[in-house]
Amino acid sequence: MNMTISINGVDTALPDDPRVSLLDLLRDHLQLSGTKKGCNQGACGACTVLVDGERILSCLALAVQYQGRAITSIEGLANGDGLHPLQQAFIEHDGFQCGYCTPGQICSAIGMAAELRRGVPSYVTGDIATDAIDFSHDEVRERMSGNLCRCGAYNGIVAAIAAQSTEPVKEAP
Amino acid sequence: MTPFTFARAADTSDAVRLGAAPGARYLGGGTNLVDLMRETIERPAVLVDVTGLSNAIEERPDGSLLIGAAAKNTAVAEHAAVRNRYPLLSRAIVAGASAQIRNMATMGGNILQRTRCTYFYDDDGARCNKRSPGQGCDAIDGFNRIHAVLGASDACVATHPSDMCVALAALDAVVHLQGPQGTRSLALNDLHRLPQDRPDLDTVLAPGELITAIELPALPFAARSVYRKVRDRSSYAFALVSVAAAIDVDGGIVRDVRLALGGVAHKPWRARIAEDALKGRPATVDNFRAAAAAELAGAQPLRDNAFKIALAQRTLVAVLGGLTGAQP
Repeated sequence: MNMTISINGVDTALPDDPRVSLLDLLRDHLQLSGTKKGCNQGACGACTVLVDGERILSCLALAVQYQGRAITSIEGLANGDGLHPLQQAFIEHDGFQCGYCTPGQICSAIGMAAELRRGVPSYVTGDIATDAIDFSHDEVRERMSGNLCRCGAYNGIVAAIAAQSTEPVKEAP
Repeated sequence: MTPFTFARAADTSDAVRLGAAPGARYLGGGTNLVDLMRETIERPAVLVDVTGLSNAIEERPDGSLLIGAAAKNTAVAEHAAVRNRYPLLSRAIVAGASAQIRNMATMGGNILQRTRCTYFYDDDGARCNKRSPGQGCDAIDGFNRIHAVLGASDACVATHPSDMCVALAALDAVVHLQGPQGTRSLALNDLHRLPQDRPDLDTVLAPGELITAIELPALPFAARSVYRKVRDRSSYAFALVSVAAAIDVDGGIVRDVRLALGGVAHKPWRARIAEDALKGRPATVDNFRAAAAAELAGAQPLRDNAFKIALAQRTLVAVLGGLTGAQP
């Protein structure tokens, strides 16, 4: 059995101890400290990473459960020294203050955009049967509600995500 | 976290064989179990990963839908047949947790998340009969604004936190099980227990029994159905009260109706008293009010949660009004 996990494109051995979370594997075993440990109990979203393109909480994930899967953390988004366009948008739109929640916000927003394109509904989606969901301010706020920002940079975060989306975000009426 | 052995189940038989080991627990997305293990409230000796088992969503000729228990919550919420035929289920799923958690959580795991309250988590500071049977309950005389008003006992007043299960309860979902003694199926409404004097038992499952699939029977009038959740903030919070509803009105008369409540009891609360009060009667706001009052007539408030009784009634009336267009 291939006991490895792909981290930002690099095949990596899984820990022997099955208690190690994906978050601790990244931070403590691989020194990839970009992914943050906020609450460590699934309440804040700071530890959000992408698994095969889908956003999950790495604090509630046992690393061993993700054997053979492809993990992307904040360190895997940039192209060499060039920032990912969403990282650049967060800078341009003041999408952070202290920055602690930012890696989770950015990974989450990338996963969210894929969900929207796929037609995944949210609690504020008007017509749940439709595949064409409005990329509205309310949709972004609802879909990003699993990522808390104690500085309250939410307006900048939504603006950065909006600027990066393929469709313009409609202003709230 | 206490040490455990990890095993990945190759198929259902393999899972049930592994799950028969002493202290074994099945692991879905881990969003509740891993959290409780970290707090050492759950201490399994063996974790059997069942996320590799069937996640298929099958539309069957009789109009029912069969959903593999390993299907992720997001996959079910976005499935066209669920959105079109059982919109209350899509809405209930996306009302729960956060998108990240819905991407991890499986159907089986959502159903089997622990019925719980904050005192259940407070291993150092609070007594809890669910965590430590016989210890006592500090919630009953404590801060109990979020606790149960229906079906609670002197031993436990916790609520089942799932939104999805409230929709499943309204839909008469059937849970398919496989265990050491073979296979069986069970109505979701009979799966979860009221606390009585054994709040440590959330369900009637036998040791080693595994949920393999969830069946949604055909229910054409559920194509117009809703899930409404009332909570302290607009997103990412547990329900104070929630309502899953579908209603079939013909010529102003209620032909059939399905109602279930969340946030009010130790299990998803199927509102059969209200349903019976409405069937065959005119779909009027007065009748909705009377039905809601009848359902909550047996409610027993604690110090801080009496507001839930009025809130549940008003939410029921509002949801039924929205579905039927009936005006006060």
